[in-house]
Amino acid sequence: MVRQPAKPMVRLPEFRSHKLPQQVPRLAAVFVLAAVALIAARSFLVPDTFGEMGHYRAAAIDTIIAHPKKYAGQRECTLCHGSIMEERLAGNHRGLACEGCHGPAAGHVANPVEVKPVIPSERDHCPRCHSYNPSRPTGFAQIDPVTHNPLMPCVTCHDPHAPEPPMVPGSCSACHGQIASQKAVSHHATLECVTCHEAPDEHKISPRAVRPGKPMERAFCGGCHAEDAESPQSIPRINPRTHNQQYLCWQCHYPHFPETS
Amino acid sequence: MMSTDVPDAAGSPAAEESKPFDRREFLKKCGLAVPIVLGVVRVPLLEAQAPSNGDYDPSEHLYGMGIDVNKCIGCGQCVLACKTENDVPLDSHHFNTWIERYVIRTDEEVEVDSPNGGLDGFPPMASEGSEIRRTFFVPKLCNHCAEAPCVQVCPVGATFTTEDGAVLVDDEYCIGCRYCIQACPYGARWLHPETHVAAKCTFCYHRLVDGLVPACVEVCPTGARLFGELEGRATPLARFMRFNDLQVLKPHLNTKPKVYYANLDGEVR
Repeated sequence: MVRQPAKPMVRLPEFRSHKLPQQVPRLAAVFVLAAVALIAARSFLVPDTFGEMGHYRAAAIDTIIAHPKKYAGQRECTLCHGSIMEERLAGNHRGLACEGCHGPAAGHVANPVEVKPVIPSERDHCPRCHSYNPSRPTGFAQIDPVTHNPLMPCVTCHDPHAPEPPMVPGSCSACHGQIASQKAVSHHATLECVTCHEAPDEHKISPRAVRPGKPMERAFCGGCHAEDAESPQSIPRINPRTHNQQYLCWQCHYPHFPETS
Repeated sequence: MMSTDVPDAAGSPAAEESKPFDRREFLKKCGLAVPIVLGVVRVPLLEAQAPSNGDYDPSEHLYGMGIDVNKCIGCGQCVLACKTENDVPLDSHHFNTWIERYVIRTDEEVEVDSPNGGLDGFPPMASEGSEIRRTFFVPKLCNHCAEAPCVQVCPVGATFTTEDGAVLVDDEYCIGCRYCIQACPYGARWLHPETHVAAKCTFCYHRLVDGLVPACVEVCPTGARLFGELEGRATPLARFMRFNDLQVLKPHLNTKPKVYYANLDGEVR
């Protein structure tokens, strides 16, 4: 296309004001087309439920919820096995879930006759919780599976639904393994637990309901550690009247593993 | 050089015309191809829509978890239950929840190990090194942060926080780019080796909507894990939060975790 030669500089160029330049409607058409394409593409590509509840596909929640459950939950077990539940609630295993030991039981709930949950009676099951491990909290019942009645299944002596020591434990270390192992290598190794602790027999049956006692006066430790005590000379001495009078001895010293210097 | 002897989307009678593709024709065919391409993309997305669960209202809940470190015995029941419930591969690389053993020695050396995530319990500690000062177990899992970095970085909106506080992954929308795995400061996410999408703890969301607790909480034998409502209800978790000094992991990152620890040692990271 050839344009008209330019008019003299002093005059403004003439516009045909009644008609838009050709490129404007064409550009507008392109923009409109692009906008329509964008809206169309968006409605096609963005899933239906996207943005309903946030910047995500709300229907994803339904997919996640549809995941099948393997563990049925305590409620379901109680519906049929109420008597075992009652027995358990009265014993030391009251906080445990049935499916903790018996495994996931949703299949058993759906089909109680054909699908049976596992009954772990092997000796390696209970040590999962009850073998001695120094990282376990103090006072949690722990045994050494190597020396504790070797080869005997735990259920021979212990009822797993209401476990109790089958007889009065021969030693405190049956439960207090951590303390016993520390004490054994300390300066207090030769002291019996009952030298310092009053341990009523009921404590061995109901360990949490009946607690053992511990020395509540400084004179008790003073019996060996006071300056004028009648005890071997190698025992470290203090003057109970000047040595940190406001504290009981075990508030600073750990009697199961007293410091060496 | 494009030849027209291959049948195209517009389905024009092609072979007898041998003139080169001109711009107008090309644009026309592109225009015709758009609905076809979009249709192909669209169909799987439509199929993904599942029916909605009617009687559960997420706005009535806000979930959190409490963990009492003093009660954990490191038995690994939670790890096993989680893997079973959520079909997590039973290998030693993929965990929604795992247990760490901390050993703090008298020379301030801190050792942390988690053999197989604690799934098979913990072997005896190596005896070399100085004397042990403290040692304990710390269960870990996704903290379901209120300000979750993983949600922020997801480029496609496939990971999200629900109204009731769980951070979830949309398996069908995730492109497996792993940004979220890198963004999580707690190492709680992993890439599923079969589906190749990001996976993580869901707080057992499929159990919550039925009023059940997560599988790990269900089987915990000592009550070290508690689950429940964070706001204004009389639940074991509310009581736990009232009577314990609580801490969260990496508070300086301002991720606002919803997993609260009691009796947590300062050495725990």
